[in-house]
Amino acid sequence: MLLKIKKHSDIGSSEITPEHIYHDRRRFMQQSGRFALAGLGLMLAGCSQEGEAKAISKQPQDGVIPSQPGPEWLKKQVLAFNPDVYTTTEALTPHQVVTSYNNFYEFGTGKGDPLRNAHSLKTDPWSVVVEGEVAKPGRYHLEDILKPHGMEERIYRLRCVEAWSMVIPWIGIPLANILKQFEPTSKARFVEFTTLHDPEQMPGQKASFGSLDWPYVEGLRIDEAMNPLTLMATGLYGDILPNQNGAPFRLVVPWKYGFKSIKSIVKIRLTEQQPKTTWETSAPQEYGFYANVNPAVDHPRWSQKHERRLPGTLLAPNRIETQPFNGYGEEVADLYKGMDLTRFY
Amino acid sequence: MDRVANIKLAVFPLSLFPLADLIIKALENNLGPDPASALTHGLGEWALIFLLLSLAISPARRLTGIGKLIRFRRMLGLFALFYAVLHLLAYLAFMLSWEWLTLLEDLYKRSYIIVGAFSLSILVALGVTSTKKMMKRLGKQWLQLHRLVYVAAVLAVIHFLWLVKSDYTEPVIYGALLAILLLLRARVFSFGRKR
Ligand code: HEM
Repeated sequence: MLLKIKKHSDIGSSEITPEHIYHDRRRFMQQSGRFALAGLGLMLAGCSQEGEAKAISKQPQDGVIPSQPGPEWLKKQVLAFNPDVYTTTEALTPHQVVTSYNNFYEFGTGKGDPLRNAHSLKTDPWSVVVEGEVAKPGRYHLEDILKPHGMEERIYRLRCVEAWSMVIPWIGIPLANILKQFEPTSKARFVEFTTLHDPEQMPGQKASFGSLDWPYVEGLRIDEAMNPLTLMATGLYGDILPNQNGAPFRLVVPWKYGFKSIKSIVKIRLTEQQPKTTWETSAPQEYGFYANVNPAVDHPRWSQKHERRLPGTLLAPNRIETQPFNGYGEEVADLYKGMDLTRFY
Repeated sequence: MDRVANIKLAVFPLSLFPLADLIIKALENNLGPDPASALTHGLGEWALIFLLLSLAISPARRLTGIGKLIRFRRMLGLFALFYAVLHLLAYLAFMLSWEWLTLLEDLYKRSYIIVGAFSLSILVALGVTSTKKMMKRLGKQWLQLHRLVYVAAVLAVIHFLWLVKSDYTEPVIYGALLAILLLLRARVFSFGRKR
């Protein structure tokens, strides 16, 4: 049923390098096809993939993508994804960058900390509490939440509030499909998400000079949550999510600043009241509930008019103009009709 | 050549080491996926470190009794200026692609940049008047002017505190070091008066 869109959200062709894309896409399709075929026999796929990656070229994009350890049932379901449901012609940010340059403060505030520290996170077994305005509340095994759904690949831009951005091939399930399974009541006007709180597994939660309160909480209006672009991701780059990217189950809202896309979710609550989100609580004059990507509304401490598309080099920093709604205006601008976006930032 | 001059000869290239390190990493594409930001942050942090080092000279002199240490103060202060100027240039060149207007906008909109700019202005003024000639020319005023270095350091720490998003550990550490240096300084003043 869903969008097989390639047109509107694609940014002008001047910034893209078709050859890279071609290589990327081709390698990608082969890889995913092979993964799907190989099923559990991942070892084999892993090996030949390595040979191929070395053979193709020196592009950083063509680096070897190591297989992600994780529960078999999840791997099986994620690797059977339907590719290309939503794509862009922009070059993918290399796997190595997407998995080593992260803001995930539960593992430390340095960009490299999550990769270094996230191994302590235990993602299996994983359960999610669903509560509030739903007909079927309860504590569910992740397996039971995901089982009824097919996985889709969605290639989205991710714009961080710190003025850098990436292009990331996620795998996941539209949030709308997941929410419907729990039958939201007519009073459900917002969705609140909560990240795991366990300083033993998440050492960043012990930090003493931090201004954030744990657990991390994020939220969406119900119509934002039900928008077909909103994804619950369980995979990345043709495999399950690495811990540092929010395993095993995270939100991806591509038209909002990255901090809205909450990671490692253990609770979903449907509410009548607008949730109090973590960043909004810590600095309300800087971070709003909506946090839609908007070049016309600066963060008080930095301009949002441009972004650095990573990876950059000093001589080619890839500085590009930021698009309203991160370029997804056609799909989502209607959600905010009549709202003053400088007030509801 | 005396020993101090010899040591200075060694400290000088040592002080350039952080810059060399950043340049080599930049050339090797080894500053991470966001090198503009990494370079700007690296240079800013070294500017602050050299500023604190230069402030540590007087207390170190008193604690150790080695009077000759004073001869390092000017050099360390000038390195603070040097790294701060490169820090600003890195920001302008690599993060703003030489968009002066954005820098101007920063200078009236963003408080952390405003205090950074005040800090840098002080460092420039002190650098320009750091020669022996200027010292003679300004006489007593020279000392008064150069006490502003403490203001520059306080502003630099505020700059750091205000740009942080949530983890205040680093600026708090630098702030604590600065507070210790200021306390040592204040004690010297009060001892001076008693005597
Ligand atoms: C006009 C003057 C200045 C401008 C425009 C400026 C600009 C900046 C910018 C843009 C950042 C990074 C902010 C971010 O990524 O959010 C930064 C960080 C920093 N700056 Fe400055 N700055 C100035 C002066 C100074 C001075 C004089 C010092 C020290 C003596 C200094 C020390 C620092 C430090 C320590 C950091 C943080 C480094 C880190 O995160 O490790 N800056 N500055």
